[in-house]
Amino acid sequence: MRKSVHEFGELEIMAGKNWTLVLGAVCAALLLAWQAPQAHADADAELWAGIRSDVFGENRQIGEGEGKLVLDAPYRAEDAAIVPITMTIPAAVAPNVKKLTLIVEKNPAPVVAAFTFGDAAGIGERKISTRVRIDMYSNVRAVIELADGSLYMQTKYVKAAGGCSAPALKDMDAALANIGKMKLKAFANDSESTSSPTAEAQIMVRHPNYSGMQMNQVTGLYIPAKFVEHMEVRKGDRLVFDMEGGISLSENPNIQFTYAVGVEGPLSVSARDTDGKIFTTSADVKGS
Amino acid sequence: MRETTPKAAMMKLRTRDGADWQRAIVSRRLACLGPVAFCASAGLARLATPLRAGEIGDAKLAEIADGVFVHRGQIALQSPGNHADISNAGFVVGTDAVAVIDTGGSYRTGAALRAAIAKHTKTPIRYVINTHMHPDHVLGNAAFKPDEPRFIAHHKMKRALSARSARYLEAAENALGAEVFEGTEVVLPDAGVEDVDTIDLGGRTLRLAAQPTAHTDNDLVITDQKTGTAFVGDLIFSEHVPALDGSIVGWMKVLENLGQTAPARIVPGHGPAALSWAAGSEPLQRYLGAVTEDVRAIIKRGGTISEAIETAAVSEASRWDLFDEFHKRNVTAAFAELEWE
Repeated sequence: MRKSVHEFGELEIMAGKNWTLVLGAVCAALLLAWQAPQAHADADAELWAGIRSDVFGENRQIGEGEGKLVLDAPYRAEDAAIVPITMTIPAAVAPNVKKLTLIVEKNPAPVVAAFTFGDAAGIGERKISTRVRIDMYSNVRAVIELADGSLYMQTKYVKAAGGCSAPALKDMDAALANIGKMKLKAFANDSESTSSPTAEAQIMVRHPNYSGMQMNQVTGLYIPAKFVEHMEVRKGDRLVFDMEGGISLSENPNIQFTYAVGVEGPLSVSARDTDGKIFTTSADVKGS
Repeated sequence: MRETTPKAAMMKLRTRDGADWQRAIVSRRLACLGPVAFCASAGLARLATPLRAGEIGDAKLAEIADGVFVHRGQIALQSPGNHADISNAGFVVGTDAVAVIDTGGSYRTGAALRAAIAKHTKTPIRYVINTHMHPDHVLGNAAFKPDEPRFIAHHKMKRALSARSARYLEAAENALGAEVFEGTEVVLPDAGVEDVDTIDLGGRTLRLAAQPTAHTDNDLVITDQKTGTAFVGDLIFSEHVPALDGSIVGWMKVLENLGQTAPARIVPGHGPAALSWAAGSEPLQRYLGAVTEDVRAIIKRGGTISEAIETAAVSEASRWDLFDEFHKRNVTAAFAELEWE
């Protein structure tokens, strides 16, 4: 192989500007950064106050969730369109929890999903894992509501941006061809601790969950929002949870959850999107 | 008292007043200024002989085979100091026409390549071919508009790039700064390759082969048949950790297929100007294999993405540049793909 190198000149093109200009810009940036945090904090508090009264009603106390639930979210998300979130409610609290709401504060539609639990959610440790879109650096908040109406919250700050307008579908053709396909998996408990009152399963739905902020590649117009707005999971005829979902849920909605063992019947899922399309699946699982 | 149910909050986009949006935008800009300021000062240190405003230098080239030239991009993220000259670009010279293959990540980088070509040959640039839709390979296209070439890519590249244009441009402007970004725009292909096409440059023919979904859903392999040199774009990463934006299973299949008829030499999208097929493909196949195997095992036992991100294929960390910048994202993408198997 020939490998002569032609040196036609340096590709060193740092713009020909004078030093004072650059130094000026650096100083301005430092000054802005210095002033920013306070204004920032006020705006954030205001934003949360608005969402909080919209979602939970005005004048409701929200207690510190420490010990009542754990929210796991990455500090820096690798893919803003698929940010993994896990919420865990310890066994001591779980039987009293009737609702769990997940919020990404700065998203255009902040409520990701609200889960309402039924009695087939069980009495052991309760866990919900899902994936969300994050549009800009934001607080992520998980709020539980107990049977007596009290609210408790955990908050994590996540650095991620652009998740809501990220083009869906790495392989556009394959994804569109598979809409509505579902997968329901039950995870065998390797430890075989037969005493555990709950088991884990996962429901996956092929759906673009269009956010309304993505561009149609052919027409150049924004694709109207179209997403999975409701999902119901049952064990036999008893409710594990029902979920109201929004556009902040990632494409191909994916929820890993716990359910009570010892309830008769198969695990079944019914999902409905904003077009009114219904997708269903069921599986016989261990622990019936 | 406003009564809004959570459902209503989900259904309707939350309306924010103008001030709120402005704050949001300001805070975004601020977040970007830090690194830019840092890079600007780092850039100053190496600015020995400042160019006059608007002056574009020409790109360093290696002639890797007779009439086949490659400009090696840096292994780095785009920054004001490197003008997004961070991917390999090249050109092939025929007796009638020159074909440019990829153009770097900014107008400036494209213009530097164009200036270098002009010093080397008077043969007109009739084709600008992009290997796939990623910004570091296509955002220099605009520099070639004066040549009025045909812009050619995989037939799926146009929609993939259109869908991402706004984000690519925003990210480039934020990372490069307004001055370095100046002139950068998206130039979409006006011809798409569906399967295999050939281009006659005079005295030599380029073979353009559209690939099924691999690194992206629009990878195109361009082979100069005279010298057996294949521009494989980001189907091969060398030194630079791979980035997955298509299908990990598809990628491994495409590599296997290309290996059947291993070209005499390849030009990877990132890394050395030229490599043998084996030197380019083996480390990549090892990496993709390790990610696939580990992620499949985690999925099988009910593990989560978060767990996979921390543990999958971490043995590869010391073997690649920019590992921390791309690996976790690759694992996320691989997980979201493989869990449907």
